[in-house]
Amino acid sequence: MNIAIASGKGGTGKTTVAMALATCYARNSLSVALLDCDVEEPNVNLFLKAGIDTTEPVSVLIPEVDEPSCNGCGECERICAFNAIVLVRAKPLLFAEMCHSCGGCYHVCPERAIKEIGKEIGFIESGTRDGIAYAGGRLNIGEAMSPPLIREVKRRHSDSGTRIIDSPPGTSCPAVEAVKDSDFVVLVTEPTPFGLNDLNLAAGAVRALGIPFGVVVNRADIGGDSFTAEYAKRGYDIIASIPHSREIAEGYSRGDCVSYIVERFRAEIENIASYAEHQARRNARV
Amino acid sequence: MKIAITTSGRDLTSPIDERFGRASGFIIFDTETGAHEYLDNKQNLQAAQGAGIQSAKTVMDAGVSVLITGNVGPKAYATLSAGGVEIFLKNGGTVDDAIVEYKAGSLSKTGGANVEGHW
Repeated sequence: MNIAIASGKGGTGKTTVAMALATCYARNSLSVALLDCDVEEPNVNLFLKAGIDTTEPVSVLIPEVDEPSCNGCGECERICAFNAIVLVRAKPLLFAEMCHSCGGCYHVCPERAIKEIGKEIGFIESGTRDGIAYAGGRLNIGEAMSPPLIREVKRRHSDSGTRIIDSPPGTSCPAVEAVKDSDFVVLVTEPTPFGLNDLNLAAGAVRALGIPFGVVVNRADIGGDSFTAEYAKRGYDIIASIPHSREIAEGYSRGDCVSYIVERFRAEIENIASYAEHQARRNARV
Repeated sequence: MKIAITTSGRDLTSPIDERFGRASGFIIFDTETGAHEYLDNKQNLQAAQGAGIQSAKTVMDAGVSVLITGNVGPKAYATLSAGGVEIFLKNGGTVDDAIVEYKAGSLSKTGGANVEGHW
């Protein structure tokens, strides 16, 4: 069972909610994994502080051309939808960072002049702490293609009963890759115009993916009541509201806000946990 | 010899387009005959990625050995260099100005990309 925590807007509290949920499930003796899929800016383990047992590099396949075997026919260029391989003066010129690893050029080359080689794009760290199994991806600096790494992080701890996926912000490929195949999505928002705009985008993406979702309003008391009406108008299911608190912000900056939140907002967190688990189970069954 | 000049218009009096990959179009000028033609670049304007690479292909397919544009990114530069195209930078002015300055030798040739991709 996978529960993704997503947001649209960055900085609304995804990781805080993900950590709080994982802590809550672990305390209820459920088998829980926390997967940091925000591979461009992973931060789960700043809070979880799990000891790292394994570090594995993650590679994607890119083409390599054996120039003497190439007759310059241009089939590789024609099939590439991403302009990653072009023929200049009848010689293929490769832009590895634009390759989406589809293998098309490798398959169409009539001269068998292309082979696929591994290119490391990042790594995954795994560990465990306080009953929470952890895996987090980290994309190499300068690397553009995060979805293959996110996909790989999501394969970790497949034996855990409940897997919480901390997603990247936004609604583009990385966010979709993290959220898709989830049984339930928790969208964390804040009551600001920016927060609402991006919540609407994220909700649209999650609806298009056909995944049920609920909304957690973080710093719920900062934006006034007008947002409540907006949420209702769009049919959002508000699972919990967490008020703004200086204690959380101070704890967050020290990296130890989670235990505080779980104690101080126990009812809210337990509510999110049981609701998400119930919805995810219901969805996983159908 | 043929020269490509990026332009936001369609003729010699049109302004230079400072973009290369996503230029509106190119004037291809033949220094021997003085003839010119216009090449549209609309499809690259919409490209999700690799616009610079495809624009480079477009001008190389037109047989140019010199490009005059405002800015050139790393992938466009790599592609043009592989094709042996010399790149001269000029911002502002018209296509005609660019041709005159090129002939007078007063344009500076670039030995690398002068902007990042997606600037």
